[in-house]
Amino acid sequence: MQESLGFTPQLTASSIAHILWLIPAVPMVAAGAIALMKQPARRLASSLAIGSLAISLLLALVAFGHVLTGWSHGFAVRETVNFAWVQMGTGTVDLGWVLDPLSAVMAVMVTFVGLLIFIYSTGYMAHDENYTRFFCFLSLFAGAMLGVVIANSLLLLFMCWELVGLTSYLLIGFWYQKPSAAAAAKKAFVTTRVGDIFFLLGIVWLFSESGTLLFYNHGAGALEPNGIAAMLAGHAALGLSAATAIGLLIFAGAAGKSGQLPLHVWLPDAMEGPTPVSALIHAATMVAAGVYLVARVYPLMAAGGTLSHGATTTALTVVTWVGAATAVFAALIAVAQNDIKRILAYSTVSQLGYMMAGLGMGGVAVGMFHLITHAFFKALLFMGAGSVIHGCHEEQDIRHMGGLRKEMRTTFITYAAGMTALAGVIPLAGFWSKDAILESAHTWKSSQGPYFLLVLGALLTAFYMTRQVCYVFFGQYRGHGHAHESSSKMTVPLVILAFFAVTLGFLGTPVWPWFRAFLEDRHAAFEWAGFNEPGLVPLMLTSTLVVLVGFGLGWLLYGNKSPRAEEPDALEKAAPTIWGLLRDRLYVDELYEATVIAFYSWWARVADWIDRRVWGGIVAAITLAFRGLAHFDRFFDQQFVDGGFDKGCEEIYSGGGLLASTQTGRVQHYLRLLAVAVVVLAAILIWSSRG
Amino acid sequence: MTPLAGYLLVAALIFAIGLAGALTRRNAILVLIGIELMLNSANLNLIAFWRYGPHPELLTGMMFAVFSIAVAAAEAAVGLGLVISIYRHTRTTDLDEMNRMKG
Amino acid sequence: MNPVFWILAVLTVIGALAAVTLKNTVHCALAVTVAFAGLALFYLQLDAQFAGFAQILIYIGAVAILVVFAILLTRGSETPRTGLFSRSWFAGMTIAAAVFAVLGWAVIQSAHVLPHESAAPAVDVNQIGNALLNRYVLPLEIIALLLTAALIGAVIVAMHEKGESK
Repeated sequence: MQESLGFTPQLTASSIAHILWLIPAVPMVAAGAIALMKQPARRLASSLAIGSLAISLLLALVAFGHVLTGWSHGFAVRETVNFAWVQMGTGTVDLGWVLDPLSAVMAVMVTFVGLLIFIYSTGYMAHDENYTRFFCFLSLFAGAMLGVVIANSLLLLFMCWELVGLTSYLLIGFWYQKPSAAAAAKKAFVTTRVGDIFFLLGIVWLFSESGTLLFYNHGAGALEPNGIAAMLAGHAALGLSAATAIGLLIFAGAAGKSGQLPLHVWLPDAMEGPTPVSALIHAATMVAAGVYLVARVYPLMAAGGTLSHGATTTALTVVTWVGAATAVFAALIAVAQNDIKRILAYSTVSQLGYMMAGLGMGGVAVGMFHLITHAFFKALLFMGAGSVIHGCHEEQDIRHMGGLRKEMRTTFITYAAGMTALAGVIPLAGFWSKDAILESAHTWKSSQGPYFLLVLGALLTAFYMTRQVCYVFFGQYRGHGHAHESSSKMTVPLVILAFFAVTLGFLGTPVWPWFRAFLEDRHAAFEWAGFNEPGLVPLMLTSTLVVLVGFGLGWLLYGNKSPRAEEPDALEKAAPTIWGLLRDRLYVDELYEATVIAFYSWWARVADWIDRRVWGGIVAAITLAFRGLAHFDRFFDQQFVDGGFDKGCEEIYSGGGLLASTQTGRVQHYLRLLAVAVVVLAAILIWSSRG
Repeated sequence: MTPLAGYLLVAALIFAIGLAGALTRRNAILVLIGIELMLNSANLNLIAFWRYGPHPELLTGMMFAVFSIAVAAAEAAVGLGLVISIYRHTRTTDLDEMNRMKG
Repeated sequence: MNPVFWILAVLTVIGALAAVTLKNTVHCALAVTVAFAGLALFYLQLDAQFAGFAQILIYIGAVAILVVFAILLTRGSETPRTGLFSRSWFAGMTIAAAVFAVLGWAVIQSAHVLPHESAAPAVDVNQIGNALLNRYVLPLEIIALLLTAALIGAVIVAMHEKGESK
């Protein structure tokens, strides 16, 4: 370990920090523009998306350069730009963004891997008719993810978090006509929602305890000493402090998004989306958002205990155990899967567990390092799988592949590089990052349980990756048609990622822990004495041995053989019951189906009954009353109004008839009337003159 | 009863008789006869009042009666001409059958 | 009252009654001529000689003849099939009786206020001629116009039209 030297914090925000908001904004604006385009504008859409993300990459590199320069000159760079968003009485709700080593590194990773996957997608989705919509959603996702990365306010982070969830839903269900894809999208959204509810509770509680949602605000932020102290002082149930409870709630949200143990069920189903989506979202970036969140609020989670003294906090303990359990659980299931993407999906879940465990035991740098390296080689593996699927004419079952190392050379070599990096073979990237986690697990004071679980996980990782590679690339081709290599638009990104998968690890070796120093504001110097850490070399040897055992077992069982699809798997022959358990994903989905979903369906039926019978009944009754009223009105109108009117008219008519009867047409009759009139008038005259 | 009253009563009686004839007889010509009687009774009234009224030297009553006679003659001529014309069309002078103006 | 008055009254009334009740229309015409004559005698008795002679000349000499001509031209001498009096003759009679009652009542009521000059006026034709052409010249001219119109009208009305049934 290097000694931490005095780093003077930089307080004033530089110009790059002021335009940092462009990094998420540009892809979002591009998404809006693409949304307005018509479907045939394919090249324009993809060019716009790739161009906007390239701009974001440039800006991210400039920001990273700025932080790097500051770091090399001895400054701890943490520049924030905050502004008031909503005024509520005397208080305000603030939003803002932050430029520090963590956000700079993450931004560069997201934009770089994203850009490569965008370019890969132009080749992969070339035959899809909804090309334009795909790039619109991809661009929106990129903008939202970058928003999560640079957010300085928990509220802004949550808003972009939800947007990321939305775009994930849209992209998983991209081929929405397939019922399985639509169901998988819904499952993903609902499962992450469960985590998000806890997350929201945590946000509200944090706001009430510390009075602000900003992370860093020149001493007034929630993650700064005053804010942390306020939350530690708060009380929650079960003897926990508010800080611990809030940390656990936020971790619940992260667990949903990152597929930790109880909420992991959506990730394998999310493979229904196109392969670039799986590569970008469900390997490199979105699932990493949960890990990033925990890293961001690490000061909160670590409050009350210090790693160097061996006392860890309750929150971090929970994070560690959940991560370790997830790592092994998912690795076990991955052993028995037959879909190429599903194996990689469970592998992702497993590696996310590793990252969480690393965060819990070793701190931000350990977990983040594995996140960065994993992003590169997992994206590489997924894109390689996409290339394989494309080359085998949309075949995804590994039992129908084989012998592809001859036809798809580039894919094979890059895939092999990714696979060995994942398994953790020295000197590839995965080795260094995984080893750092194992080292921190070994030195964890609370328990050695996670260490053994993680070592078992490493064994299983090596085993199932070997199994997959043997099935896909070795043996005889068992599929239909003729396999062909993919276009350069797809293979060039593979090569670039393979390069990084191999070399990126050197940023975090024990002899030159640059990554750790960068994130923790220390100096980093290259010294071979780093290897002299007690217990380090035996640990490296142990992990290498474990990996080799895994490779050996895999080669033994699956080696150059080409089992036909109908034949049972070699492991299945050996241990059929265990195989069955693992193949059926340890029945977690079935458990949820029987409990949560069954309850929910029951409740939905009750609600439907109430809606149709009770509310519907009330509406029907009111309708009936109105109809009755209408009938009565009509009756009244017809009988009395119309009838009365008609009767009146009839009377007038008959009266007229009556009067007309005086017109007899006979002259003498008229004369008589005249005479009568004369008599009457005369009588009146005489009578009146008499008096 | 003064002489004047006697004349007036006679005139009234002739008027009533004439009216009765005009109202009850079927033949159109007899109706005209009744009308002539009525006119004559009115003339008698006029002359009677002229004779027994003030200022007979002004000749007002007699002039009135003379003009009335002249007009009655003209009216009788036209009326009878009408009756003949109707007779030509309908071949009857029966008033009860002439009800084409019936409403 | 003068006995001549009573004789003349009876004559005139009987004539009038006969005129409206006789069956034969020609008899009615003759009866009405008697009535006219009675009235002319009344005028003479009332010292209205000019009116009396005018009455004889015009009424008996022209109107009665006209009536007889009309009766002859319309075959009124034949007895009608359907009876003399109209269907509702009783109503007519009643009304006529009512009229007489009212008029008689008016006369008797006002008997005490009726004027009763008894000096006979001396009227000669010279005065009448003067009056006609001085004081009553306008009615005279209008009567002339009226008579002309009546003449023309009567001719047109009674004219045979073309193609009419004989």
